[in-house]
Amino acid sequence: MSQLAQRINDTFPGACTKVVEWRGDLAVTVTPEALHDVAQFLRDDPALRFDYIVHVSSVDWPDDEERFEVVYEVYSIRTRQRIRLKTRVPESDSIVDSLTDVWKGADFMEREVYDMMGIRFRNHPDLRRILMPDEYEEGYPLRKDFPLRGKGWRDTFEFLDEPSR
Amino acid sequence: MAQFEDQRTTVYKIDPEHPESDTLPTLRTEELLLNMGPQHPSTHGVLKVILELEGERLVKSTPVMGFLHRGVEKLAEEGTYHQFIPHTDRLDYVCAMYNNFAYCRAVEKLMNITVPDRAEYLRTIVAEIQRIIGHQFWLGTQALDIGAMTVFFYCFRDREILLDWFDELCGARLTTSWYRIGGVERDFTPSLFAKLKQFLDYFPPKIDEYVIFLEKNRIWLARTKGVAVISAEDALSFGLSGPTLRGSGVDFDLRKYEPYSAYPKCEFSVPVGKNGDTYDRYWIRVQELYESVKIIRQCLEQIQDGPIMADVPSVTLPPKERVFTNLESMIQQFKLFSQGFNAPPGEIYCGTEAHKGELGFYIVSTGGGKPYRLKIRAPSFIHMGAFDHMSKGYMISDAVTIFGTYDIVMGECDR
Repeated sequence: MSQLAQRINDTFPGACTKVVEWRGDLAVTVTPEALHDVAQFLRDDPALRFDYIVHVSSVDWPDDEERFEVVYEVYSIRTRQRIRLKTRVPESDSIVDSLTDVWKGADFMEREVYDMMGIRFRNHPDLRRILMPDEYEEGYPLRKDFPLRGKGWRDTFEFLDEPSR
Repeated sequence: MAQFEDQRTTVYKIDPEHPESDTLPTLRTEELLLNMGPQHPSTHGVLKVILELEGERLVKSTPVMGFLHRGVEKLAEEGTYHQFIPHTDRLDYVCAMYNNFAYCRAVEKLMNITVPDRAEYLRTIVAEIQRIIGHQFWLGTQALDIGAMTVFFYCFRDREILLDWFDELCGARLTTSWYRIGGVERDFTPSLFAKLKQFLDYFPPKIDEYVIFLEKNRIWLARTKGVAVISAEDALSFGLSGPTLRGSGVDFDLRKYEPYSAYPKCEFSVPVGKNGDTYDRYWIRVQELYESVKIIRQCLEQIQDGPIMADVPSVTLPPKERVFTNLESMIQQFKLFSQGFNAPPGEIYCGTEAHKGELGFYIVSTGGGKPYRLKIRAPSFIHMGAFDHMSKGYMISDAVTIFGTYDIVMGECDR
């Protein structure tokens, strides 16, 4: 286990559920309850200073019990290293603490995750759809059960040759 | 006349708190909501911003995006890794080459492929040409938006030379798709080398020419100096990158600090601003034009003969001439395009310093020929997140400058 992951594990015992290092990328999965504290620690610890937010993303695993995965990638200008902070939530309780107060840029990125995957964020200042129209009601496009050709009015089109996938 | 009187009474009201002060009418004030866009010429695409105004000052601005949303990330999940390369052209359609580059690098990281030396140099040269094009485009349009039209024509005159050069390289000016996973599609011809060398001699005096138009232009200075200021701490917190971040004094360039391709073999400096305003960002972009010329010169000196594609038959495409003459190569090509290659399960993030900022691809693979999830870290989208913060308190006419200061392209922002 890398030093950084060890450090997180020591500071927050029981928070890390999985640590993966692959192709030089470090990914740490934490429990959703600990996410906000771990993020605050990563940003404020004088030896770490993860002050630059790279992206917020989400992955849908429909076969797993904890269906959704929220991914925060942050970078430290001081130590020049990256870390990917992940958390898993079930579909029935798909809500995560917003990190807008830790990194301001998380505002738009979390809105995109909400828009595309339907994961909600607690304490987010303005949780609305961002890329899809505000009144869009056909679901969340990046979920695996959302068909590629879309839903709603597009389903009324006649498709000539239905591909078998 | 009576109608005129009525209008006067709606504008000048007697203050209900102090009815005795009827000799001094108070002016009725209210916040004005103004829609800027979606069809405003200086929003560079289709973007709406709802501006809340107090007089002419911006109190709050809410960007409304998604007019160009095409679901690129969803499309990526349905095609093979090779099939996604043309889609990346359509992200930031001004600088397609760099998108190809960033994507191919991400897949190479996933597949653990090393690209041959000559291909790395070719990639670096083309990427830097693309950076020049991107900065010329930015400088021209930003100056045009602010009111200096001449620079636009000068920038586009020189950009045209490079676009024709791209045309000769890969048959397309904008949607290029020249990069391939593991290398590049084709080598430079001697004519391309000659034209490029000619351009490198021609170009630096032209950069001086652009600067002459602007550095003493009072309108340009007044409209860029001290406009859209952001502190280094806030810029990092918002996730700004590229010249927008370096303008605030943060020395962060992936070409230097996570070196890739042929950049570690070239000497170049990373210009960093001080004040974090639009003028510093302009200065950085102009300096980067000189640096790009320097990098291309060094690459042309160092480049050696060699293969232009990694030799990993299960992933990389065979050379075209072998496909037409050799049965095995044809089968290889057919299998790669119909089924794709077998990626190992895992996830990677790979960021590349495009001219706008850090363009990254986060790929989750569960094995097989298609990405399970592909997320594009688009700098334009993330920069728009800081728009409200950076526009607070400025005049309404500065909104145009603030759009321009990030160098946004909506194709990339909305994906």
